[in-house]
Amino acid sequence: MAGHATTHVDAATAWGGKTSPFNVSYGKLMMWFFLVSDALTFGGLLVAYGYTRHTTQSAWPIGEETFDSLPFLGHGYPLMYVALMTFILIVSSVTMVLAVEAGHRMDKKGVMKWMIATIIGGFFFLGSQAWEWSHFIHGSHFGSVEILSGEHTGSRAIVKGHFGDLESFTVVQAGKHHKVGDVIKETPDELFHHFRTAVMNGQVKDGKITLHDGSVATWKKHNDEHMELIIKTDGTGHSLSKVTKIHGKDAEAKYWESVNSGKKGAIIYGADLKSNEYGPSQYGQFFFFITGFHGFHVFSGVVINILIFLGVARGTYHKRGHYEMVEKTGLYWHFVDLVWVFVFTFFYLV
Amino acid sequence: MERDDIIEYSLDAHHSEEQGKKVRRKIWLVTAILTVITAFEVAVGAMVHQDNPMWWVVKLLFIGLTLLKAGYIVLVFMHLGDERKVLKYCILVPYFIFIIYLIFIALTEANAVHTAWETYGG
Repeated sequence: MAGHATTHVDAATAWGGKTSPFNVSYGKLMMWFFLVSDALTFGGLLVAYGYTRHTTQSAWPIGEETFDSLPFLGHGYPLMYVALMTFILIVSSVTMVLAVEAGHRMDKKGVMKWMIATIIGGFFFLGSQAWEWSHFIHGSHFGSVEILSGEHTGSRAIVKGHFGDLESFTVVQAGKHHKVGDVIKETPDELFHHFRTAVMNGQVKDGKITLHDGSVATWKKHNDEHMELIIKTDGTGHSLSKVTKIHGKDAEAKYWESVNSGKKGAIIYGADLKSNEYGPSQYGQFFFFITGFHGFHVFSGVVINILIFLGVARGTYHKRGHYEMVEKTGLYWHFVDLVWVFVFTFFYLV
Repeated sequence: MERDDIIEYSLDAHHSEEQGKKVRRKIWLVTAILTVITAFEVAVGAMVHQDNPMWWVVKLLFIGLTLLKAGYIVLVFMHLGDERKVLKYCILVPYFIFIIYLIFIALTEANAVHTAWETYGG
């Protein structure tokens, strides 16, 4: 690991020519230069994020409220999933450094073993990110709500709690496919899909939903539980937002009033590039851009790792007498981990 | 003609089994440190909320811990700590000068814009 014999050289020898004053090969030096420029790109993106967050007047979303779900387990696990992703990436960084170490011992089998582990870790991370994006885009069953009456009129609240499953729609006005009295029974998820679409298009009004075939129906659903509306107002000092919470019956009344208002945009589900249920639109845009750009780096890192792995398997580097190529891809891979550490802090933690 | 001015592989390519053991021990130690720091961050993040008046302390703590993690990754995993001083500083010094300047200028401007909107409305 350490450049024992070569680290300490007197200046005359180091700078006298015929030797690299940096004591590294051309390829490795260029990799470092590339990483510095890439680090500036990510630095610029995160600073732009900070800039936007500091200028914005509305309250910025809080990481542990936005990201509190686990696959199969539902809500109530603040930041656990992102922590898991971080852990996966750290572990794959460790297996990469172990591959480099094996390369220093010319242990071809060891290099192959640890590189496979690294590649698997990379795929796991990409899969996790796909889930995270999908979850972010689809959002919650409640969405966020614009409050239409009372002292908080006009403010937008995020909604926590358990959405009671939809049971059925009962048609009260015939459309193309349904006649009056039809009871539409589908899975709660399918019914919710219709419901969500209708709410977004302003086609839910006064307890009646207009379905896509033009028929009008009432719905039957289980009661919502533990509903809580969280209104965040921008405090002084920017991220120190004031938080107001509305619980229970009051929350349910306010929420359903907005749903039944038929006002487009009163409820926002999930996220796209225009708006999102978590907070200001820029939040979603930066989320997609920064985590997307990082994910793209992970993806290209996995591809490069696979290519180098094939080189190792073919014995190219063994014949060459050293495994510096593994070391160079390793640098890139660690850099991807390094970027994630910062994304994790500035996007999810603070 | 064979060129002798090109260094193909310079930072020592090889180490013995014994040195390898030492290196691996260090790697696992750093892994443990990184994992513990991350777990600690998540625990604090879940416990202390942003409406807490002491939030700024937590925020600074998070940024400090992040820099610590970054330091371990760059210096140990990326071996920059073992490179010659001149390379280390060629990488780190320009980056830090630029990024600190960028953070300073962008956040100062952002706060000014924020105050302007707050004062004159929009």
